[in-house]
Amino acid sequence: MAENVESTKKVKIPRHEMPCQEPEVRARNFEEVALGYTEETAVEEAKRCLQCKKPKCVSGCPVEVLIPEFIKKVAEGDFQEAGNVLKIKNSLPAVCGRVCPQENQCESKCILGIKGESVAIGRLERFAADFGMKTGKSQFEKPAPSGKRVAIIGAGPAGLACAGDLAKAGHAVTVLEALHVAGGVLMYGIPQFRLPKEIVQTEIENLKTMGVEILTNQVVGKITSVDELMENGYDAVFIGTGAGLPYFMDIPGENLNGVYSANEFLTRTNLMKGYKFPDYATPVKVGKNVAVLGAGNVAMDSARTALRLGAENVYIIYRRSRDEMPARKEELEHAEEEGIQFRLLTNPVAIEGDERGWVKSLTCLRYELGEPDASGRRAPIAIKGSEFDIPMDTVVVAIGQGPNPLVTTSTPGLELNKRGNIVADPETLMTSKPGVFAGGDIVTGAATVILAMGAGKKAAAGIDQYLKGK
Amino acid sequence: MYHVVKKRLLATGIALLDVNAPAVAAKVEPGQFVIVRVDEQSERIPLTVMDFDREKGTITIVVQDVGYSSAIITGMNEGDAFQDFVGPLGVESEIENYGTVVCIGGGLGIAPIHPIARALKDAGNHVISVLGARSADLLILEDEMAAASSEVVIATNDGSKGVKGFVTDGLAEVLAQGHQVKAIWAIGPMIMMKAVVDYTRSLGIKTIVSMNPIMVDGTGMCGACRISVGNETKFACVDGPEFDGHLVDFDLAMKRLAFYKDEENRAKARLECNHEGGHH
Repeated sequence: MAENVESTKKVKIPRHEMPCQEPEVRARNFEEVALGYTEETAVEEAKRCLQCKKPKCVSGCPVEVLIPEFIKKVAEGDFQEAGNVLKIKNSLPAVCGRVCPQENQCESKCILGIKGESVAIGRLERFAADFGMKTGKSQFEKPAPSGKRVAIIGAGPAGLACAGDLAKAGHAVTVLEALHVAGGVLMYGIPQFRLPKEIVQTEIENLKTMGVEILTNQVVGKITSVDELMENGYDAVFIGTGAGLPYFMDIPGENLNGVYSANEFLTRTNLMKGYKFPDYATPVKVGKNVAVLGAGNVAMDSARTALRLGAENVYIIYRRSRDEMPARKEELEHAEEEGIQFRLLTNPVAIEGDERGWVKSLTCLRYELGEPDASGRRAPIAIKGSEFDIPMDTVVVAIGQGPNPLVTTSTPGLELNKRGNIVADPETLMTSKPGVFAGGDIVTGAATVILAMGAGKKAAAGIDQYLKGK
Repeated sequence: MYHVVKKRLLATGIALLDVNAPAVAAKVEPGQFVIVRVDEQSERIPLTVMDFDREKGTITIVVQDVGYSSAIITGMNEGDAFQDFVGPLGVESEIENYGTVVCIGGGLGIAPIHPIARALKDAGNHVISVLGARSADLLILEDEMAAASSEVVIATNDGSKGVKGFVTDGLAEVLAQGHQVKAIWAIGPMIMMKAVVDYTRSLGIKTIVSMNPIMVDGTGMCGACRISVGNETKFACVDGPEFDGHLVDFDLAMKRLAFYKDEENRAKARLECNHEGGHH
């Protein structure tokens, strides 16, 4: 009974908001939008947690973070220990605290959420991880070496999560990264204002202190291959190469100047720091009017980036309605607050150019919603004769990414599905090649950072089992 | 770090650099390219390989001072290092014994044609190289090309050496001699490659070109380098850089090269400005 009274009281305490930069200010800078909890707010929010004996939140987390345990430490004011508890299951908590869709995961399972608002688990994770980062104290005792070596291809969320768990199990881990910096989509894709790159690099430094070796500038499929790695003394290989192949719409005018894939637009801005041009030498260019095609998180990132690069009008062009937009609710709200204009039930059919080969306008068709389609969402149907033109200078295509074929095509005997994704055992994540594992977007198709991390962890467990049996 | 172990000035503003990159040198084949980055603030610059030495572990690149980044690279000296040096990238040339082949290199394009000519010669082809430059003093790698070819024909725009005119005039001279040319490789400025393929199209001689569009990652991830080949969009970084020249839309490719012209000028002006304020 006492517990029930307690929980009734806690339901009544409202969830604590996290302070943000004002929309009109942040829309013109690349500083982080969300500012994080103060110590006082974090403690107050942590005290809302019921400390359930059978916590449902943990089952909603792809990496099974010890949620009640770390929140308890926050509530007690032991922030350092809270960070340590996070790290037991999660190699990149400061990243996850920022970019996980918690509302669909841990927070969606929180008991408080039934009658009121769930505990702000994500915000608390961010707070505790950042605290640990500031003190620089990380609790890690090197385990006894297993004598086994594992090569990981791709230093994105899947590869890094896999590396962290394998290092904890005592295996010698080498991560091979194609770009000049580790982090994958955390560095090239997600913008600075949502995930500061300094935070990503600090998390990666932590992995290095755990003994993980990271080699950049290594394009596997060219400088070496999966088979060569296995021949050269690695006992297992994990492929976590992500969704690094941009899709275009296949409409006229897509090769005009001013048209970017979201990958290119974000890579120029984030990885190459094009927003600091000319201090950084890689340019990125937006005109007055920018159209972003697509409505997922990558589309929102692109639109908000365009605004910060100086665009006056930024449109999200999407053929379905608001309810079907795949981006996180928080991202949609942030985008809208900043002044991104949603043009829904609208689909581009052609990009018109001028005589010099530059984008001039976007021709679109209006749509209406019909019966539910195979995805369960109401199918958008084009309205005949509804073509119209919008003047446009820049178009960013953000309709998704496919599997990059460099590794898969250079690995004979690796089973792929018809989309070019690697087929892996759902339990162990071992591929059709013994000792070769795969996980993340290269297996599932483009998804989220945390699902890729979950796959990396799962593969690490599969690899550990495999190596023990060798 | 990837150190410059040897530097040689080939002509005014054109530098040859041997860069220490053993893992790249172990794997690279003719026709492939590397991407270099001088330091933290630099662009990723794609450069087609001029030569490689698997034993010494070096890759040779040739760079002409035409913009902000290329000015910095041509200014590098022995002992200086690139922060990043990625490769080999792209698909290698299809080397086989065709019979008689022509390798055309225009301007800086002589550098990337060099390993292709040598490999074709090693494969048993009779290799006739046609080298073009604006004038004799800008003609590079003449000795290296002589060694890599069976015959060399030179064309200069001002007639200061060899045939007066363009590489197409040099090629016309080769064809006039009655050679049964089975295949042509042409590498140089886009406008030159376009002129060559326009010329060889009616003759029905297979002509391979090496495209050098704007790139960022060089691994197929961004799509900046897309070109149209036979009305299909291709990524030069992973599908190329070599393509059947008769199918390439050069007008589009040339327009796309101008994407960042304003920004390039801005960066170059700033570099010159800094120099004036600095050590000049």
